[in-house]
Amino acid sequence: MTVLIDRARNALGPELAGPLAAFAVVMVVFGIAAPNFLSRATFGSVAFQLPELGLLTLAMLLPILTGGLNLAITFTANMAGLTLAWVLQSQGGVDAGIGAFVLGSVLAVAVGALSGLIMGLVIAYTKAHPILVSLSMMIFLRGLGEFLTRGGDVSGIPGFLARIGYSSIFGIPVPLLIFIASVLIWHILLTRMKLGFNTYMIGSNIEATRYSGINTRKVQVLVYTLSGAMCAVAGIIMLARFNSVRVGHGESYLLITVLACFLGGVNPFGGFGRVIPVFVALVVLQLLSSGLNLMGANQHLATAVWGILMITVMILRWLAGRLKFLNTNRG
Amino acid sequence: MADQALDGAASRPLLSLRNVNMTFGGVKALKNVSFEVLPGEVHCLAGENGSGKSTLIKVITGVYRPEAGAVIDYDGQSYSHMSPVTAQAGGIQVIWQDLALFPEMTVAENIAFQTVIARWPRLVNYAEMRRVATNALQRLGVTLDVDLALHHFPIAQRQIVAIARALVGQAKLVFMDEPTASLTQSETDYLLDIVRNLSASGVAVVFVSHRLAEVLEISSRVTVLRDGALVGVYPTKGLTQSRITELMTGKTFGYSALHRDLGTSPVMLEVKGLSRPGEFQDVSLTVRRGETLGITGLLGAGRTELALTLFGMRKPKSGSVVLDGNPVRFGSNRDAIAAGVAYLSEDRLSLGLIQPQAIADNMVVASLDKILSRGFISSDRKRSLVNRWIRDLGVKIGKQDDAISTLSGGNQQRVAIAKWLATDPKLLILDAPTVGVDVGARAGIFDIVSKLADSGLAIILISDEVPEVYFNADRVLHMAQGRIVGEYAPCATTLQAIEEAVYA
Amino acid sequence: MRRFVRSHATELALLAVIAVICVFLSFATDRFFTLGNAFDLLNTSSVNIIFAVGLLVVLIAGGIDISFAVAASVVQYLTATVLGWVGGGNWIVGLIIAGALGVALGCINAFLIHGFRIISIVATISTFNIFFGLLMFFTGGVSIYNLPDWLTTRVVLFEREMADGTWAEITLPVLIMAICVFATWALITRTTTGRQLYAFGDNPEGARRFGINIGAMQFIAFGWLGMMAGIAGLVQGHYAQEVVPNALYGRELDVLAAAVLGGARLGGGKGSVLGCILGVLLVSITQNGLNLMGVSPFAFKMIVGAIILAAITLSNTSIERLLPFLKSRRVPS
Repeated sequence: MTVLIDRARNALGPELAGPLAAFAVVMVVFGIAAPNFLSRATFGSVAFQLPELGLLTLAMLLPILTGGLNLAITFTANMAGLTLAWVLQSQGGVDAGIGAFVLGSVLAVAVGALSGLIMGLVIAYTKAHPILVSLSMMIFLRGLGEFLTRGGDVSGIPGFLARIGYSSIFGIPVPLLIFIASVLIWHILLTRMKLGFNTYMIGSNIEATRYSGINTRKVQVLVYTLSGAMCAVAGIIMLARFNSVRVGHGESYLLITVLACFLGGVNPFGGFGRVIPVFVALVVLQLLSSGLNLMGANQHLATAVWGILMITVMILRWLAGRLKFLNTNRG
Repeated sequence: MADQALDGAASRPLLSLRNVNMTFGGVKALKNVSFEVLPGEVHCLAGENGSGKSTLIKVITGVYRPEAGAVIDYDGQSYSHMSPVTAQAGGIQVIWQDLALFPEMTVAENIAFQTVIARWPRLVNYAEMRRVATNALQRLGVTLDVDLALHHFPIAQRQIVAIARALVGQAKLVFMDEPTASLTQSETDYLLDIVRNLSASGVAVVFVSHRLAEVLEISSRVTVLRDGALVGVYPTKGLTQSRITELMTGKTFGYSALHRDLGTSPVMLEVKGLSRPGEFQDVSLTVRRGETLGITGLLGAGRTELALTLFGMRKPKSGSVVLDGNPVRFGSNRDAIAAGVAYLSEDRLSLGLIQPQAIADNMVVASLDKILSRGFISSDRKRSLVNRWIRDLGVKIGKQDDAISTLSGGNQQRVAIAKWLATDPKLLILDAPTVGVDVGARAGIFDIVSKLADSGLAIILISDEVPEVYFNADRVLHMAQGRIVGEYAPCATTLQAIEEAVYA
Repeated sequence: MRRFVRSHATELALLAVIAVICVFLSFATDRFFTLGNAFDLLNTSSVNIIFAVGLLVVLIAGGIDISFAVAASVVQYLTATVLGWVGGGNWIVGLIIAGALGVALGCINAFLIHGFRIISIVATISTFNIFFGLLMFFTGGVSIYNLPDWLTTRVVLFEREMADGTWAEITLPVLIMAICVFATWALITRTTTGRQLYAFGDNPEGARRFGINIGAMQFIAFGWLGMMAGIAGLVQGHYAQEVVPNALYGRELDVLAAAVLGGARLGGGKGSVLGCILGVLLVSITQNGLNLMGVSPFAFKMIVGAIILAAITLSNTSIERLLPFLKSRRVPS
């Protein structure tokens, strides 16, 4: 039994305690405060809203683990969405077939990956700060997108794509299924694969990792490329959900994804952090906003509460550290 | 103990400590130590890592409070303990190894930084700063461009800036903690001149160094500590390096040089005419299977650069390398590792190990392919590999998942060795493997090295401590200014002969 | 001379780039190289320059702040409300209220960072969400249009009619900007506090050993940025003639890019007021020039992004590699 617990702890990491505690608190508080909170509707809305923010958070997670950041995620997602939309348009718009969708999705992922690839190359070869590189990429992509769309919407999406956005398999919305699959892929990547292992090592000390015979440039390039590809998946889901793409869609998610990573116990300097706690943190954030919605508040209040939650968690961590320090000094 | 009367009649001690005891977590770090410095003298504090040198400095500067009963007499006053404030006000200054300078600020600001520390904000007087800084540098007999940012200067000149800063604080007693650790020979000579100037102007200098040649050159007296206790105070005149070594280690070196017969053992590494302009020239050497080749020489002799080139992290301009019969040319250290070369870095803290990460992860980072099963990392394989090396090398750890930084220096080094052994190397290059490793643990490291050689590994052992290579290598190469200038067989040469050649 | 070049490499490089762009634009358009246009540039860049020099102080002290732009929105809204209560007021009262509110918001950040040892990026992303969320929640996203007359009236400090009949004007925001720039320059280069901020950002451990008050450093840095953000908020309200709660949302990243382009270093210890201004000007001159050349406004954002990306890539390939004669024996510290 203890072996099993140990294994579980190893797989999930010690970071899980914070998000799980927050989860419990949110469930109890809203369970009491909002009588209709523990209902199908709440979980339906969480399941519905989680994927977009979640996929973008996964895209943010990998760069943060290497000690960097990808500020271009939302506009990369927009560009990928635009790519798919244009392919569909050129293949007949609302009458486009499934083949066009597949082709468009592949191209969309390629566009996302390309944006990541460029950032990865610049970061790996010039050692420029990732915040700056991704920030300028963000400004560039925003400009590019607005230039190409003239600031308007691109719509005319075939009906089956919209249906994908809203349909369910075994009662689980398709976007949520895609998100859960992505979470699992990221979890396996980080816990079981060489690239994931090296990602953590680079995050702690890139030079020592290079001295150990790891191709650190390749790891950095791959990390940003995968991050860009994951943005593209988010962009495709967003297109299916909104039936259109507009540059700037989902812009407000950018800093929320960073917040979700930190809330999930990811080390802001890199090297430590796991997918599952981040997943739980995302669920907590969505439950919070759904709960507040039920009580009549809007998304803006939820945003503020997200920030307060983050601060609270950080203060609790600080307190826990102080207690530990005092105890060891006494003993 | 002996010889304390030296010059005693001429001047009263500036600093005198008696009955100093310190205990950390049940371990006695200082045992009834006494220590004395005369005004204006250069005094050397010698001892191996963990002998209590830095603890003693921290007692004198008020960072630590000694146990009751200690007496500290300084400059005519008697204290039971110092505080950082009294120490600084009394003119005691420490130049720490990491210098604590501000690289982006100008030389003048670094030297005269004290003038911007005030309770309430004031305007900065740059002219005054420049004047203070120039004066301090003048006292050292140095001219530097005081308006240039510090990061433009090489490390030796930053050292000067740190000393000048200490002088601004009206220093009477300056402690220098391993000031030459990262200096080349000519830079060291420069620094020693500065120390002489200081001493001549009446400032007492306590020089902490494990480099015995410098100790002999600069100081008038030597205090030796071992395992937290005072061994004795000795006038430098009449001491030899081997005598200080004996005093520091308490061993008369019952070791004998190695006698291994490697005559028929096949050659593992053959280097011919290897050159990298500005770093090393025309280096030729061979290492046989089962042989340990020692390379010694002063810092800046090109030892580490040569090792990094053999490890594929730098490209040679000319020359050839043959490993196990095959000519090799590495594009990166990944090629070198694949071909069977392993390199243990001299800088364990920032290059050798990934400090915040887990012990187990550090052990497998260079050999991940070996723990893959169908492309995925197998935690069972990882655990069994790690357990094996922990057992084989006798690493003492808590849990495999604890951070490397929780281990002692000796155990960290064992993990670093295990990391490279896991790659199945043919040639293992050990660059300064005992830096930051306690005296007691060093022998353990060399036991491992010896067993590895016996198992057929070819080993290159690089160290600037001549006794280390003398007692642990089959052959010793002396490197100076990028060239191999001498080769010795320890079994046919005395330690002194090599030391004299190296430190000459 | 050589020393000057070495210690001001970023500023000189930026100046050179700006000069090249200016020369090009003067030939490409006939409107660019006029006094009117130059003043126009200054008028429109004022808000960003005030933000940038405020952010510079935090960057020098080794921190980062994401929340300052939305904090400025909060200040704008509160100041407009307070001015409504007290009735009337004037520029002095307005600036004092806005500055004080800004300092208060900045101190919240400093308190979280110093009191609970929260890393600045985590703390300020949190307060970013808190400030913006609460602002939008309480205002319901409703703008304020009926601002006091003195706040919406254009104040022209200097004007001259040009040969072609257009007017070249310098307006009040430029004066406020100049005062903010001068004050920040004086703080960071002429006072002991400023030098302590540099030292703290450069080597926190070394600064601590010198007995620098670390807490005071955080409060001064974030308080100063707060004050600048508050002032910038008021000036932006004056410029836009209205207070829109989400008008400054997203501005933080543009300003950050400009400040870092001007040589401020993420991680602390480095950066100058001049560099900061040049960073902002490079972006606005490019936009202005492309605008005058009749390039689609949608395209020039993209071009600006590409220029920043190229500049950052180039500046990291090190100026010394491009200009070998400057090469110094630089030892990594």
